[in-house]
Amino acid sequence: MTEIWRMISQRLLLGVLTLFIISVVIFGATELLPGDLARELLGQSATPETLAALREQLGLNESAPVRYWNWLTGVMQGDFGMSMATKMPISELVGTRLGNTLFLAFYAAALAVPFSLLLGVLAALWRNSIFDRASNALALTAISFPEFFVAYILILWLSQSGLFPSMVRITDTTSMGERLYMAFLPALTLTLVVTAHMMRMTRAAIINLLASPYIEMARLKGMSPMRVVLRHAVPNALSPIINVVALNLAYLITGVVVVEVVFVYPGLGQLMIDAVSNRDIAVVQAIALIFAAAYVLLNLLADVLSTITNPRLMHRK
Amino acid sequence: MTNHLIGQGGMTRRGILKSGAAFTAAGLILPAGMAMAQAEPVRGGTLRIGFNSGSTVDNYDPGVWDTNFVQVFAQARHNYLTEIAADGSLVGEVAESWEASPDATTWTLTIRQGITFHSGGTVTADDVIASINYHRGPDSTSAAKPIVDPIVEITSDGPNTVIVTLNGGNADFPFLMSDYHLPIMPAREGTIDPTSSDGCGPYQVDDFEPGISATLSRHSGYWKTDRAHFDGLLLLAIPDPVARQNALLTGEVDVINQLDLTTVSLMDRNPSIRVISVTGNQHFCFPMDTRAGPFNDNNVRLALKHALDRQEMVDKILDGYGTVGNDNPIGPTQKYYADDLPVNSYDPDKAKFYLNEAGLTSLDVSLWVAEAGFTGATDSGSLYAERAAAADINITVERAPNDGYWSNVWMAKPWAASYWGGRATCDWMFSTAYASGAPWNESYWENERFNTLLLQGRSELDEAIRGEVYHEMQTIVSKEGGTVIPMFASFVMGVSNAVATPDVVGANWDLDGFRCVERWWFA
Repeated sequence: MTEIWRMISQRLLLGVLTLFIISVVIFGATELLPGDLARELLGQSATPETLAALREQLGLNESAPVRYWNWLTGVMQGDFGMSMATKMPISELVGTRLGNTLFLAFYAAALAVPFSLLLGVLAALWRNSIFDRASNALALTAISFPEFFVAYILILWLSQSGLFPSMVRITDTTSMGERLYMAFLPALTLTLVVTAHMMRMTRAAIINLLASPYIEMARLKGMSPMRVVLRHAVPNALSPIINVVALNLAYLITGVVVVEVVFVYPGLGQLMIDAVSNRDIAVVQAIALIFAAAYVLLNLLADVLSTITNPRLMHRK
Repeated sequence: MTNHLIGQGGMTRRGILKSGAAFTAAGLILPAGMAMAQAEPVRGGTLRIGFNSGSTVDNYDPGVWDTNFVQVFAQARHNYLTEIAADGSLVGEVAESWEASPDATTWTLTIRQGITFHSGGTVTADDVIASINYHRGPDSTSAAKPIVDPIVEITSDGPNTVIVTLNGGNADFPFLMSDYHLPIMPAREGTIDPTSSDGCGPYQVDDFEPGISATLSRHSGYWKTDRAHFDGLLLLAIPDPVARQNALLTGEVDVINQLDLTTVSLMDRNPSIRVISVTGNQHFCFPMDTRAGPFNDNNVRLALKHALDRQEMVDKILDGYGTVGNDNPIGPTQKYYADDLPVNSYDPDKAKFYLNEAGLTSLDVSLWVAEAGFTGATDSGSLYAERAAAADINITVERAPNDGYWSNVWMAKPWAASYWGGRATCDWMFSTAYASGAPWNESYWENERFNTLLLQGRSELDEAIRGEVYHEMQTIVSKEGGTVIPMFASFVMGVSNAVATPDVVGANWDLDGFRCVERWWFA
């Protein structure tokens, strides 16, 4: 068990280092973008005078390293600072959006993970059957279309007929039931997009194991195919499955910008686009760190879980 | 198409006003069979509007508003000194009446009594002064600073009179006070609070999530009895055009702005919605840097003005939702619009002639475009290049990124795409973008006669003389100006049939001059 704890703490330290490097890269990248916050705020109506006055107010006249250092020291003290463009605390700005994004991610995961694992197991079980081929073909079709196309098709079929709303409007007073109803189409879109990956990995991992001698032994003992797969194959196939599920979860949190735009879903992705186009660096940094942290933590979780589920790794000699 | 009528028929604004029906036919495209007669407005319902804009940076500071979402949101909360009515005339709002000194340098405004802020108090001269002063002074970051800069002094004479002294005569001063940056907000210790939503407009804010939505409810003490018919408003930011159209088609919203022109004919087929198209002052243009060659030679500019097919651009880029521009930024619905100017038509021979006059046999120029300049700018550039080739003018279309377009390309490259939402008066438009030394004189154009006329027209109170002055100015700008203005783009909106609109929809800005929240109602 100490092994695990050592691994976790090691990985967390590395994770913090990763986040630091990412913050430097993001800051550098946003510095390279043309124009600055003052310019973007004033837009076409900027005059040299008003620009200078606004830059002074926003503290944009400091050099880039100084601005980065100010930001970093703030973050070290747990203060992500104020959004310069909106003059709101970033924690407040990002908080509700993060909640919305996580809600959609977990909603989609709650649909997609059981669905694709089930499909994967069944496809492995009935290998080369009509069911296997059909589910493979459908899942691959769904993943081959761009997300926005899947979303538009769903809107055409399910929304223009009045079954589900085409846009998501979540407020503080929206009940859980309403939320689930309104966010169904975006969650379904994401489910269709991520299913193929998880399902095919599950199928491949199990089929791979089905050729091994101990499975043959189990079959020779006269076990039912279902029992062979669930009791003997799946536990040993967990490691790759956990990894692919974690990767897809991270994608559901960080990669859903397009779906957010199509369904007018107020999530982190839209906020990040907005912040980039406004050159609101502090907000971009905060969101980039959240996205990076999601990847780091989910990968860590996947590693820990696959270690725990694998006795060979748990009890290393 | 009916909406070409104004541009080609050469109707004056006066002529249009004489027959309201003609204006409706020209300004609006209504599906056949749509009842034109509207019933009396009725109160009730929540109007839901989907906007093409809306960002987390949106806020209550009047100095920075520049997108439809905040502009309509502002008109919903606030009243202004004056209002541009749907027919383009000026009516009083917070200012009940106004009077100018003979040289138009001193203006005395009478403040309407009995207007209340959402927070309680009544509107007084002090509130007006504080609201205007907020945009003045060296520390001002307001986009309206150039508008209020000519104000030398602003004082009150009792609670209901404001006296404004300008550094030079300006007959259009009351027009300028309708600018969307200049709402009347309550004075707090001599200035206004730019973080407060408080105003004296028709609706008060219940909730505002920048970049997502705003909800408002009717201000019970609103002074206008025949306006603001909705109980509440829901303003939604839906930047994606397809998502916005879906929202209208599925009944999530009642009104959307900026329909995608490539699919508008499909939208029009839907029986439950209608498309409203209004031709106003919004125009798309290609300003040239006239300080340097080749554009410092007017012959080159004329050659380029004759080297594009304007009607084709209106048909292909705007899908017919617009009118042909004649390198004159004054829109056909404006009071002093010169309808008899010779047209800068597509004529490769003429373009070649002017090239020869400039001592050239062919011309190689680059035109910088981005969709940020205006929607369709890249396609317009290609079309321009295609047509200009016939006149031995080789235009290289340089695609620029939308990001930072207004800082790195516009007014920085010698020839680039740009647009203007338009201004309500000749003087306003000319002094913003064509006057010598104006910060947004995007073509860096200097014309002595033009600048003299500009000053003369500004302080002239006699309408006939003003008419002559502005006619000559429009002639000059069309023939010598540094800006190619190929088209005036209509404001194209989608409206659910549940929403009723007045016969005349304002053309000065999008969504009925940003006033749909106050002028429209549920049928």
